[in-house]
Amino acid sequence: MTVNGTTVDAEVPDRTLLVHFLRDVAGLTATNVGCDTTSCGACTVLLDGQSVKSCTVLAAQADGHQVTTVEGLANGDGEMHPVQRAFHAEHGLQCGFCTPGMVMATVSLLAENPRPTEEQVRTGLEGNLCRCTGYHNIVRAVLAAADGGEGQ
Amino acid sequence: MIPAPFTYQRAGSVDEALSLAAEGGDDAKFLAGGHSLLPLMKLRLAVPDVLVDIGRLSELSYVREDNGHIAVGALTTHHDVANSGLLGGELPLLAHAAGQVGDPQIRHRGTIGGSLVHSDPAGDLPAVILVLDATLVAQGPAGRREIPAGEFFEGLFETALEPGELLTEIRIPRPAQAGWSFQKFTKRAIDWAIVGAAVQGDQVALVHMGSTPLRATAVEQALAGGAAPADAAAHAAEGTSPPEDINADREYREHLARVLVARGLAEARSRA
Repeated sequence: MTVNGTTVDAEVPDRTLLVHFLRDVAGLTATNVGCDTTSCGACTVLLDGQSVKSCTVLAAQADGHQVTTVEGLANGDGEMHPVQRAFHAEHGLQCGFCTPGMVMATVSLLAENPRPTEEQVRTGLEGNLCRCTGYHNIVRAVLAAADGGEGQ
Repeated sequence: MIPAPFTYQRAGSVDEALSLAAEGGDDAKFLAGGHSLLPLMKLRLAVPDVLVDIGRLSELSYVREDNGHIAVGALTTHHDVANSGLLGGELPLLAHAAGQVGDPQIRHRGTIGGSLVHSDPAGDLPAVILVLDATLVAQGPAGRREIPAGEFFEGLFETALEPGELLTEIRIPRPAQAGWSFQKFTKRAIDWAIVGAAVQGDQVALVHMGSTPLRATAVEQALAGGAAPADAAAHAAEGTSPPEDINADREYREHLARVLVARGLAEARSRA
């Protein structure tokens, strides 16, 4: 599969989950395993541009497809993605565990709806749980990223 | 958590999927989006020996008009059902309900066919398909056959599909009455409905009030007899056998059914 623009080729057991492939084979450990039950969204990555929970996708299902993790958002010069900048500026995190998933879910949300209302942001992120309950600043960050017109 | 070991096979066509499933025998399962099956496999509640991945059969992902019906390919994702212009215009109940399944990530992967063959009575779409009088099209070793939604759901995780049969299409007639509503009571977005109600005109189906989705027959009969919606809704729990679990006992589910059906009928009438 292609991960963050780079081909990653490996033979893995049939039952390998995408999140383990990303962390253990591709060595990209920013994607967290949270609940492991399709609930919390910490493992959210983009599969062909759409947010998915990588604990509930087999690596084999992503074979030949494009996967983007939070490591793949910054451009080649290390400049952060507008959504990352907005999370930074608005302090859209507390402990940071949910953040990679929140950021990826936000990128997908803004790709589908570049100018969401606050309510649309809250329902658009309903698949992501913040165990610190830091939702207010997260929502503020998403709205800031959308306002900046750079949410793509 | 990872699933127990299995052999992964990828089908390039419907015919290949059927023959791979036949070779796999009783312990083969089709894998579509995997959002019902993989969680069960991680919990070892499902332990198939062979997974036949049909997720790349793009010919089973569509929404189109077909001979007076709306035909939805079994591999159409909840996201695509929810955002279909054709469904939004012709079957807004289905489009809306698909947009309420799980959360955005789940809707990007989960498919309408997968959700129906999973046959969880707490699932949203089985009740919607039931209230819309849909027909389910299956292909198997013995050929193609059509199964009315009312005969498809046989019990918890059980459907009328034979081993090796693949659900390929859902065919839905245009509703006779336009008003619709979908009511779902949950604690969190991603939870299964504690109780839900799907309303299309004077037809009503219930989520999580038995081991299968159910038509609220007593409500429909009361409406047909001229009862006011609020009075008809009082019959919503008749003939049901709701489960008891950590979220609700039987009495509470019966109460929720009456309340949700009353709300659903009122909303459907406001849209008629």
